[in-house]
Amino acid sequence: MRRILFESLLAAPLTEAAPAMDDAVVADLAGRLDRAARRRLGRSLSIREVDAGSCNGCELEIHALNNAFYDLERFGLRFVASPRHADVLLVTGPVTKNMREALRRTYDATPDPKWVVAVGDCAVDGGIFAGGYAVVGAVESVVPVDLHIRGCPPRPAQLLAGLLTLLEAIEA
Amino acid sequence: MSGLLDRIAGHRVKEHHGAPRVIVDEDQWRRVASSELAAGQCTLLGLWGDAGAVHMAMLDESEPVVLIVTLPCRENQFPSIGAAHPPAARLERAIRSLFGLEPTGLADSRPWLDLGFWGVTHPLAGRVTATPSGMPYAFLPTEGEGLHQIPVGPVHAGIIEPGHFRFTANGETVVRLEERLGYVHKGIEQLMAGATIDKAFRLAGRTSGDSTVAYALAFAHAVERACGAQVPARAIHLRALMAEIERVANHLGDIGAICNDASFSIMHAQCGILREHTLRAADACFGHRLMMDAVVPGGVALDLSSAGSKSILDLVARIKRTFPKLVELYDNTASLQDRTASTGTLAPELARQFGAGGYVGRASGRAFDARRTPGYAPYDRLAFDVPVLQDGDVNSRVWLRIREVEQSLRLIEQIVGDLPAGAFLSKVDPVTGTREGLGLVEGFRGDVLAWVCLEDGRVRRCHLRDPSWFQWPLLEAAIEGNIVADFPLCNKSFNCSYSGHDL
Repeated sequence: MRRILFESLLAAPLTEAAPAMDDAVVADLAGRLDRAARRRLGRSLSIREVDAGSCNGCELEIHALNNAFYDLERFGLRFVASPRHADVLLVTGPVTKNMREALRRTYDATPDPKWVVAVGDCAVDGGIFAGGYAVVGAVESVVPVDLHIRGCPPRPAQLLAGLLTLLEAIEA
Repeated sequence: MSGLLDRIAGHRVKEHHGAPRVIVDEDQWRRVASSELAAGQCTLLGLWGDAGAVHMAMLDESEPVVLIVTLPCRENQFPSIGAAHPPAARLERAIRSLFGLEPTGLADSRPWLDLGFWGVTHPLAGRVTATPSGMPYAFLPTEGEGLHQIPVGPVHAGIIEPGHFRFTANGETVVRLEERLGYVHKGIEQLMAGATIDKAFRLAGRTSGDSTVAYALAFAHAVERACGAQVPARAIHLRALMAEIERVANHLGDIGAICNDASFSIMHAQCGILREHTLRAADACFGHRLMMDAVVPGGVALDLSSAGSKSILDLVARIKRTFPKLVELYDNTASLQDRTASTGTLAPELARQFGAGGYVGRASGRAFDARRTPGYAPYDRLAFDVPVLQDGDVNSRVWLRIREVEQSLRLIEQIVGDLPAGAFLSKVDPVTGTREGLGLVEGFRGDVLAWVCLEDGRVRRCHLRDPSWFQWPLLEAAIEGNIVADFPLCNKSFNCSYSGHDL
C-alpha cells in the first residue's frame, strides 16, 4: 500500500480542469433561485441521487463523478445518503409508475431550499421508454425540475458542467 | 442416456433457429419439471409468457444442448414448474402478473413486478382491465422471540438502483431477507411488441445499461439466427472485443466498490482510475463510453481504426502494469480480507440448482460460461480459461473477477492482434412470415438470454432474461446468518441488476 501511495504522491494529478458553463443557462437559473438561500448554502451543495426507473447507465456515469478525473468534491459538491441531508436531488430514468410515489416522498423529505436536476434523455421526456403502461415519463411531471442534463447517458464532463452551472446560478 | 431432444416428445417448430423449439403437451411439460429440472439433469435458462402459451428454455450441459419447450395454455393455466423447481417460481409469478396465465400448483400467489401502480392488470395479456392502485403485499411471516424487521428501500443510501429489502434480524444477525423488486419495471416487453428491429435493438441495449453490449449482442444473435443472416468475421471479432472491454470495465468497478463497502477506499480510487481509462478507450474506439448501440444486427456500427487498436493495446498495457499491484494490495490486507473471507457464502448446490451464471456461479463451483457452452464465435478460436472457485464467499467473488479481468485482457490482445480484414456490417434482410431465434451471450454478470419472434420483419414478441433472475434469490440465501452490516458487502459482491430483472 505504501508503494501505491508513494507513486500516487509523485504522479501528476489526473484531475481535469473544470468545464465551461453555459451563460444562458446560468442566467435562466439565477432568476429562479432565492438570494437568501444562496447565502445560507455558500459554495456547497449536498446531492441525493434518485434512480426513478433508469437502465443504470446514468448511474454508472454519475459514479464516475467521484473518480480521480472528475473529483466532484473539489467543487463543494458531494453525494449524501439521505434526502434529509440533501439540497439537490439528481433524478434519473423515465419515472416508472412503480417509483412515482417513492420519488415524490423523497422530494417531500428533502428540506427547502432544494433543487432538482433531471439527468439523461429518459428523465427529460421518458426517452425510448415513453408511452408504455409502466412509465409516467418525464421527471418534471412528478416533481418540479430546475435543470435538465441530456444524454444517453450524459458523459461525466456534461454532468459536471451541469452541476457547476447550478452552483454558479445559486451563488449569483 | 439418450439426448435431451430424444427424451422430450413434441412437435418441432421449423421457423425457430439458434436452438430447437418443441411444442409439448401438459404431461411432457410436467415430466420436464420433475425428471429434467428438479432431478438436476437440465438447468433452467428461462421461462416466459406469450399469447396463450408459455415457453421454457433449458440447457443440458452434458451434451451440451439448449432446448425450448412450449406449452399452449388451456383456460389460461399451465402446470407450475416452480412447485417442483424453485428457480422457476419468480418467473412464473411474473408470467401471472404480466400475462394473466396461472401457474397451477404454485404455492406463492403474490404478484411479482406488479406493485399495483400500473392502473391495469396483466398488461401483456391483450385484455387489459383497470385496477385500483397500491395493493398491500404480505411479506413471508417470521416467528420467534426477539425478531425485528428492517425495511430498506426502494430508495437506497447510495448511487444505486431501487428495490425493497425486508430484513428480519435477531440482534445483528439476519434471519431472513426477502426482496421485493419491480420498481424500475419499464414495460420493455410491451414496448418491443410491434417495434421495428431498429427500435427493438436500442431497447435491448437499454435493458441494463452496464451490460448494454451483452444485451445488444444477445438480441443481434437472436435476430440474425431468425433471419439466417451472415455476420462478417471482422464484426464478430469487434463484438467480442467490446464484450471483453465491457467485462473489464465492470469488474474493475465492482472490485473497487466491494472494497469500498468494507471502507477500503484506496482500492476504490485506484480501480476507478483504471475503469475510467477503460471507458475512455471505448469512447475513442466506438464513440460511446459504454458502447451503447455499437453492436447492431448484422455487425457493428463503427469500424475500429488503427489508432483505435493502438489505444486499446495501450489500455491493456496500462492495466497489466497497474492491476497486479492492486491485486497484491488486496491479497496482503488482512483487515480487508477479514471482511470478505467467509462472508456471504453461497453453497455450490444452490448455485447449481439455480443455474447461477457469471461470477456468482463460478465462485461457487459452477463451471458454466456461455462463451464455452453452448459457445459462439469467435471464442472457439481464442485461448482463454474459465476460472472457477469453490468457496462461494465475497472473497471468492472478488478473486473470480480478478481472474476474469486477466483472462479478458488476454482475449483483447488476441482479438486486436489478429483482427480479420473486411466488412464490419452486413445488411440483415427483412424476412417475410414468422421467424424465431434465440441468443445466449456471456455478459459480465452472467448469461443473457434473448428470444425473438419476428413477423414480417417486425418484432412480435421479444423476451430478454437477465442473469440476475437466478442470482437475486441466491442473495437471500447467502446473507442468512450474516450480520446486517455485511449486507452491502454481500450485495455488491453479487451486483445483481435491478433494471435487467425488472424489465
